[in-house]
Amino acid sequence: MLSTSSICYTAGRKDILKNVSADFLPGKFSMILGQNGSGKSSFLKIFSGETTKYSGTVLYRGKSIQSYSKNELAKVRAVMSQQPELSFPLTVDEVIMMGRYPHFEFRPTAIDITICKEVTERMRLENFLNRNYLTLSGGEKQRVHYARVLAQIWEQKNEIRYLFLDEPLNSLDIAYQHEFLELAKELKSDNTVIVAVMHDINLAAQYGDQLFFLKDGALIASGSPSTILTESLIEKTFGVKTTIINNPISGQPLILYNTKQ
Amino acid sequence: MLKKSKYFFSISIILLIVVLIAAIAFGAVSIRPAEMFSSLKHFFQGEAPANIYEGVFLKLRLPRVLLCAITGAVLAVSGVLMQGLFRNPIVEPGLVGTSAGAAFGASLIFVLGSNINPTFKSTMGPFLVPLFAFGGGLIATYVVYVLAKTEKRISIIALLLIGMTVNALGLSGVGFMSFIARDPQARSITFWGLGNFSGATWLQVSIVGSVALVVFIIATFFSKQLNALLLGEEEATYLGVNTGRLKTTILIINTAMVSVATAFVGVISFVGLIVPHIIRLLMGSDNKILLPASMIVGAILLTLADMAARLLIAPAEIPVGIIVSIVCAPVFIFLLKKFGAVGQKGGYNA
Repeated sequence: MLSTSSICYTAGRKDILKNVSADFLPGKFSMILGQNGSGKSSFLKIFSGETTKYSGTVLYRGKSIQSYSKNELAKVRAVMSQQPELSFPLTVDEVIMMGRYPHFEFRPTAIDITICKEVTERMRLENFLNRNYLTLSGGEKQRVHYARVLAQIWEQKNEIRYLFLDEPLNSLDIAYQHEFLELAKELKSDNTVIVAVMHDINLAAQYGDQLFFLKDGALIASGSPSTILTESLIEKTFGVKTTIINNPISGQPLILYNTKQ
Repeated sequence: MLKKSKYFFSISIILLIVVLIAAIAFGAVSIRPAEMFSSLKHFFQGEAPANIYEGVFLKLRLPRVLLCAITGAVLAVSGVLMQGLFRNPIVEPGLVGTSAGAAFGASLIFVLGSNINPTFKSTMGPFLVPLFAFGGGLIATYVVYVLAKTEKRISIIALLLIGMTVNALGLSGVGFMSFIARDPQARSITFWGLGNFSGATWLQVSIVGSVALVVFIIATFFSKQLNALLLGEEEATYLGVNTGRLKTTILIINTAMVSVATAFVGVISFVGLIVPHIIRLLMGSDNKILLPASMIVGAILLTLADMAARLLIAPAEIPVGIIVSIVCAPVFIFLLKKFGAVGQKGGYNA
């Protein structure tokens, strides 16, 4: 389990997070929603170990995140950031292999190579392996990074693994958005904690098990989509009027936006 | 990829050996391989050189060629390290103030050295100039790095502008030193400012060589982490890299290496820019290959340039920095134009 309690975070004079406490369970796909600037990404950076100047506690299986070394953490926790920048000509297989960096010293082992191969096949990137990363489209780049992030924690171990995704669907087409979420859903059955920062409430309702709503740095609601998704919560969080109906296919809530004609 | 790199390394190492032997053989006095051989034999047997050729080989030509090759390797590797650190493929030690800062530090000692406490001076001996060069180089590089950095990003425009400014300041400092210097000093500063290897000694070879060796080993050790840093600091942290420690280490070892080389041979630009650039086009950006490959090609390039410097208007010499700039500037512009577009294989987002 990943447990955060009383997280407060201030940047400059602005309070980004105000006393946020949330537990993310293995086997559940947790999703954080909220307006731009509501503190979603900051929250993710705190419990992923990137930001260290905050107050409150972050516990990985009951152990404080500070007691892990950077490399120990990297062996069990992978993060997909919004826009990884890479302006050097590396091949796709080199980028994917970076995901295994925490696991080997100088040369990749046979396990590392096998894992990269499996991840590549899963992401259907076989034909891209020798391509220069810089020549890829935005969506292709994102898939490569996703493969890299998956390679980092692909190995089944007796430890809980953590996968954090910061707006992972940004430049993917509809097919890959679903592919991506399906893959994340498959992973969750293993003892993996998955937390994603999401924008699309409908995708969140369809794939998420636990939703967390942030508003101006405070956690205002959390729970499963069918229990907490209401028109008033969405209006309170986003300031947008909606109508919620039942999705005739999945039975999950389906949000319709009441925009003026 | 692996096979390709094997070919590359075999060919480039053979080429390096050929170039080194050629550079030793040709010059104001030609030295035949037999003389090189017998000179080395006499040296290891503890005997004096048998004739003038052996003497020239042992005391002048060999240290010069070695210093030149090591410096070429140093500058090229430094380019790789700086580009990794600033995450930009057009950075090199000449651009971020390291060389100019080191040059100013060294010129301080050249000109004002006579005023220094003699006991201090004699204790420091030959390390005084490289030490001041290191101080100057470190301050200049650090200032550029800190000023160009905002939040977690390094703005390349800011980096270029601040680098240019600090460079200009450092070189003005050198200019001022040569202005207040007495005549012979002034001439040597000017000459040294253009880069030259004519005064190479075995002591210089051993100092630059040992610093370079240590730095190369450390850099190779960090090559995986440097690769991770190409993704950005945040991503590197997620991959378990202690980015703060990595950056500080690289900045310090790199500055030490470039400053020590600059202290002895002067300012030589472009090698750190063009060598990694060519190798990225041929072999990609993996630092595990890029670092050793740059080392070898840097050595080849600068040795060739120094050979040209010695031979073109023999028996006089052209400062090697001028040769390097004349050759490399157009090549670099050509490369930028040809491969600058992102859409092409091997291109950059520079």
